[in-house]
Amino acid sequence: MQAVLSATPQWVETRHKEPKPLNLHIAAFGVSKAYRKGEHQVPVLRGVDIAVQRGEFLSIIGQSGSGKSTLLHVLGLLDSPDAGEIHLGSQRIDDLAVKTRDELRNRVFGFVFQFYHLLPELNVLENVLAPLMIRESIWTYWKNRRTHAERAKHFINKVGLGHRLTHRPSELSGGELQRAAIARALVGQPQILLADEPTGNLDERTGREILDLLAGLNSSEKLTILMVTHDKSIAAEAHRTVRLTDGRIEGLDIR
Amino acid sequence: MYKLLLCTRYLRTRYIALASVISVMLGVATMIVVNSVMAGFSNEMRDRIKGVLSDIVIETNGLNGEKNPEAMKALIQRTCPDQIVGMAATVEIYGMVTFEYAGQWITRPISLIGIDPASKAEVGPLVDYLQSYRPNKDVPGLPEPPERKADEPAGWNLTPKAQAYRTEWAQRAAWFQEQSNADRAHRRGGSETPEAQQPVAAATTPADGEADASAQATAVPPQPVNPFENEEATLDEPTGPSNLGAPLPGRLYVGAGLVSFPDEDPETGKIVTHWMAKPGDDVKISTVTATTPPQPVYFNATIVDTFKSGMSEYDSTLVFCNLDYLQQARGMIDPATQERSVTSIQIKLRDFREAAQVVKRLEAVFPPGLFQVKTWEKKQGPLLAAVDIESSILNVLLFLIITVAGFGILAIFFMIVVEKTRDIGILKALGASSSGVMSIFLSYGLSLGMVGAGGGVLVGLLFVKNINTIEGALTWLTGRKVFDERIYYFPSIPTRVDPFMVCWVAAGAMAIAVLASILPARRAARLEPVRALRAD
Repeated sequence: MQAVLSATPQWVETRHKEPKPLNLHIAAFGVSKAYRKGEHQVPVLRGVDIAVQRGEFLSIIGQSGSGKSTLLHVLGLLDSPDAGEIHLGSQRIDDLAVKTRDELRNRVFGFVFQFYHLLPELNVLENVLAPLMIRESIWTYWKNRRTHAERAKHFINKVGLGHRLTHRPSELSGGELQRAAIARALVGQPQILLADEPTGNLDERTGREILDLLAGLNSSEKLTILMVTHDKSIAAEAHRTVRLTDGRIEGLDIR
Repeated sequence: MYKLLLCTRYLRTRYIALASVISVMLGVATMIVVNSVMAGFSNEMRDRIKGVLSDIVIETNGLNGEKNPEAMKALIQRTCPDQIVGMAATVEIYGMVTFEYAGQWITRPISLIGIDPASKAEVGPLVDYLQSYRPNKDVPGLPEPPERKADEPAGWNLTPKAQAYRTEWAQRAAWFQEQSNADRAHRRGGSETPEAQQPVAAATTPADGEADASAQATAVPPQPVNPFENEEATLDEPTGPSNLGAPLPGRLYVGAGLVSFPDEDPETGKIVTHWMAKPGDDVKISTVTATTPPQPVYFNATIVDTFKSGMSEYDSTLVFCNLDYLQQARGMIDPATQERSVTSIQIKLRDFREAAQVVKRLEAVFPPGLFQVKTWEKKQGPLLAAVDIESSILNVLLFLIITVAGFGILAIFFMIVVEKTRDIGILKALGASSSGVMSIFLSYGLSLGMVGAGGGVLVGLLFVKNINTIEGALTWLTGRKVFDERIYYFPSIPTRVDPFMVCWVAAGAMAIAVLASILPARRAARLEPVRALRAD
C-alpha cells in the first residue's frame, strides 16, 4: 500500500501542472474477463489495453453489453481480471492482497454510478461521510469528526447541495442524487474518478450540468476521470474517447 | 464507524427485526420469572427443611441408641470447636399414632422424635412452626391473635385454651362415668351381659401397663362411639380423678397434616381445615423398645401443640415427643446408672458452607460402622435433587424457546441481507472490507439480542416484583384461586432473583442472537461488490 502511494506523486502536487504526455496514471494491459452464465462462459473483455494519463478526462463509449462497465469495475478493483494486469502508476495493483485493494478503492478511486447508489438509511451528509468512516477506525473518526464534517460540507457545497444536508436520498431528485454521489466520490480526495454512465438516468439538462461539474473538477483539480457512456454527445465532453466493441478497444478519437 | 452508524440506523428503521426481538424478550422474561419462582420455592423449602432437621445430624445405626450423650457432645465440641453453635440430643425412631375420629380409629405411620425443646431451640427455629405461636386463621373473620407470645420458650405445657378444653371434656367424662356407673349399679343383677364384659375390659387395663380404657368405653353398648373415650383414659391414669384434666406425662407436638385435613365447604366453596385431634386431646403412640430384641410398646400421650413447617412430608409424618418420657417408655434409661441413651445429635453450624469439612472431621471421630454423619442436604438429597432437575429441565425447555427466536432472527436477517445486497456492494465499492460488512450484521444481531435481553430482563423483573399482584388480578379475572395458600403452604408466591441467573440468561439470549446472525452476515460478507451492484 505504502509502495503504491509513494510510487505515484500525490495529485495535490501535480494538479497545478499541465498533464504531461505519457505521464501514465492508470493502465490496463491485456485485460480479459468472462462471466459464467449457467454452463457457458460469456467473454466480456477480450484483451483490453488502455492507458490513462494523469489529469486526463477519458470517456469510454460502447453499446450496452460491450463490457465498458466491466472494464471500469476491473480498473477500479471492484472486479478482478481473468487475465492481464492493472497498473497504477508503475505499480501493478490487481494482484495485491484483498485488504490493500479495499484500501486502494477507498483512497485512490472515487466511484460514480448510473443509479447513484446512495445508502437509503443515511442522509446526504452521512452518505458523503461514508468513505471517511470506512477509512478510519471508530476512535480516530470520532476524534476527527469535526474536520471530516467540514470537509464533507465543503464538497457538498461544491456540487451545489448545501441546502440538502440532512435530506434522505428518497427526498432528492435524480440530479441531486448524482451530485451527492459525486460529493461522496470526492470526499476521500481520490486520484481517479470512475464514472459509470453518470448521466444515464438523468434528463438532458441535468445530465449536462453533471457533465459540466465533472469537466470543471477535471480542469480545476486536475482529477483523472474515466467516464463510461453510450452517448456520443456526452462522450465528446472528454479529452479523449475510446470505443469499446465486443470486449475490444476499437478506435481512438482524440479530440 | 460506518458499522456502528448503519447498525443503529437499521435497528431504527427495520421494525420487522424488532418483531423477532419480541420473542427473545418473552423468552428471557419467562426464564427469569420461572427461575425466580423456582429459586424462591426451593429457598423457602430449604429453609423449612433446615428448620426442622438442623445443619448436621449424627445418627446411630441402631435404634437402641448410644449412652452418654453429654460425652458425645463434648467430643463433637472438641473436634470442631469453632464451627459449632448449638447441639441437641434426640431420639429418632419410627412409630404409629392412633386416634379416634368420627367413630373410627385412625392409625398413621410417624417418625417419632424425642426432643428437649430448650436444646432443640439451639439448632433450629422450632417455635416458628408451632401453631400456638401463630395467629389462628381457621376461625371465620379476623385471625385470632397467637395463643402464646413469641418470646415464650417452647415447653410441654398446654395453652390456657387447650387446658380449658381438656378440663371441660374431663369433667364431662367424669360425669358420664358417674352416670354410667350408677346405671350399671342400678341394672346389676338385671342383666348379666354388661357385668360379664366389665371384668374382661378391666382385666386388660393393668395388663397393658399404660391405661387403655377406651376399649372399656367401647364396651358400653348405648354409646359405642362417644367423645369421652380419651378422657376416660385420663381418669384411669395414676393422676386420678382428683387432678381432673391434667395432661398425661407423655407430651407431643404433632404434625398438622397428621391430625387435620382440608375440606371444601360445598356451600361457600371455601376450604376449611378439619381437625381430627386438637391440642388437649390424647392419642396413642406405638413404637418399639430399645431392648434386644425390640419389643412393641405403646403409651398414651397428650397433644400439646401442632406444628406446621410447610414441608408436607414433615407435617404429615413427624411427631415430637418429650425426650425424657420417650426414653423412659422405650427403656433407654439404664436401671443401674440412670444413664440415658439418644439415637442422634443435631448440630447447628455457625456457617453452613463449612458443613462438608465438619462432616469429614466428625466422620473421622465417629466410627462409620456405628454412626452416620449427614448434612440435612444429604438427608433430603432425593427431594432437593428432584427440585434441581425440575428447574434445569424447565431451563432447557425455555432456552429452546429463545433458540426458536434465534431462528426467527436468522430468517429475518437473511431477508435483510437480500434486501441490502446493493448497499453492501456500495459499501465495498467505497472500500469497506468483507470483515467490516460482516461485523455490521453481527453487531446488528448483537444489538437486537441486547434489546431483546434488556427488555426481557426488565419485563421479567417487573413481573417477579409484582407477581402477587398479578396473581391477585388473575384470580379476580378467572374467579379461581391461582395460587392456593393451603395447597402450597405459602401465604404469597415466594421469589428470589439471582443476579447471576439474570446475567446468564441475558448473555445466553445475546449469544443466540449473535449466533443466528453469523450465517447471514457471512453471506453478506461474501457478496462480490460487482454482483451486488448489478442487483438493480
